[in-house]
Amino acid sequence: MTNGDFITFEGVHKAFGQNVVLDDLSFSVGSGERVTLIGPSGSGKTTILRMLMTLTRPDRGTIKVNGDYLYHEERNGQLVPASEAHIRKVRSRITMVFQHFNLFPNMKVLRNVTEAPIHVLGKSKDEAEARGKELLEMVGLGDKLDAHPSQLSGGQQQRVAIARALAVDPDVLLLDEVTSALDPEIAAEVLDVLRDIAKTTDVTMLLVTHAMKFARDVSHRVLMFNEGRIIEDGTPEQLFNEPEQDRTRTFLKSVLDET
Amino acid sequence: MNFDWSQVWDAMPTMLDGLLVALTATGIGYVIALILGLVFALARRSPNRWVSMPVGFLVEFIRSTPLLVQLFFFFYVLPLIGISVSPLATGAFALGLHYATYVSEVYRSGIDGVPPGQWEASTALNLSTRRTWTNVILPQAIPRVVPALANYIIAMFKDTPQLLAITVVEMLGGAIAIGSETFRYSEPIAAAGLVYLFVALVMAWIARIVERRFGQVRV
Repeated sequence: MTNGDFITFEGVHKAFGQNVVLDDLSFSVGSGERVTLIGPSGSGKTTILRMLMTLTRPDRGTIKVNGDYLYHEERNGQLVPASEAHIRKVRSRITMVFQHFNLFPNMKVLRNVTEAPIHVLGKSKDEAEARGKELLEMVGLGDKLDAHPSQLSGGQQQRVAIARALAVDPDVLLLDEVTSALDPEIAAEVLDVLRDIAKTTDVTMLLVTHAMKFARDVSHRVLMFNEGRIIEDGTPEQLFNEPEQDRTRTFLKSVLDET
Repeated sequence: MNFDWSQVWDAMPTMLDGLLVALTATGIGYVIALILGLVFALARRSPNRWVSMPVGFLVEFIRSTPLLVQLFFFFYVLPLIGISVSPLATGAFALGLHYATYVSEVYRSGIDGVPPGQWEASTALNLSTRRTWTNVILPQAIPRVVPALANYIIAMFKDTPQLLAITVVEMLGGAIAIGSETFRYSEPIAAAGLVYLFVALVMAWIARIVERRFGQVRV
């Protein structure tokens, strides 16, 4: 399951003003590994995902994806800040699904899914549409190809967003609280789709979620964050059943009380 | 005061010639304003400060000086640098450039109105900057500012009498020419006023239709 260090954070630090969100953080994730990031809000989980997606830049430290630095390039044996072209190249293996879906409202559902395959991957329109239909079929929206995103429910929009993400054939899929904006019942539909994906593909996943049962079902590993650090790292069984840290225990108790 | 309505009607053929000139200046100027305004709006957002700062300065400069000054400037300066075009072309260009600065602010508000999540999704799909603009941001930004853009064409039309300063004879110019022959100014100027009123009302009516049409596009 874990094939070496596919994603590596080394000494990554980030502060917003006085507020330290990531405190010299180092960790790695193997290829094909599914890792859930848990912890109280403001503990840095989402920042990790946003950094991998290049939406938030680290203040210092390095991030490597499949052997390539994300924010740096090696030139004459020295690490220098990466060019936009380098960042784009490394980023091409990564994609993200957002809490608020962020579908393109000016495009129909199928166009949302084919936009990147056509214009980024250079696929033909026919090829992209065939694959797009297949993916939309898979998420249960094969009958909504010509709908506008605004005509869909939240759960449907999020499933389109998942299809859109898979359409770029990512090696790394980042899921940022993808069910937090949805009613529990609707959230379950979306989680079922993600379970299928976890079962049928070997895409590396980093998830931030409050759906603990789902996290337990799909992840190989759970990282507990607190104040910008990882305070516990283990299998879901270890972390959920016998947490070592008091902080983890109180956090899990508070989350389970909520749901 | 004796006001002779028949003289108002007598002035109308001249007014229609003038209207053609005014509409030509407005039309050409508006197209220039729409295009240059977008160029300004995009340039001001450029991450390259050597682009965004000079353009920002230029926009503020044009916006803070009177159109009349700019008309004279181009009228006298363009020939000096070897560009000789008709006064009408000069006037349409100056009008377009002047209004481009206002139009660029309209575009800016439209672009700012696109949620940050749209930029983030474009990054997540690794769309190029150009694609993000052409396929995601502008198609959402422009429809919501169409009503504001439509209103500027009326403002431009009403500014065309200023072109008289650089010898472009539109309606007001035509009215004054008639007056200098007949020594009756009030009737031809009233005629000009009526035509301005009529055309501006028609434009406002069209703008309202456009507004209603685009007001329903929820993007």
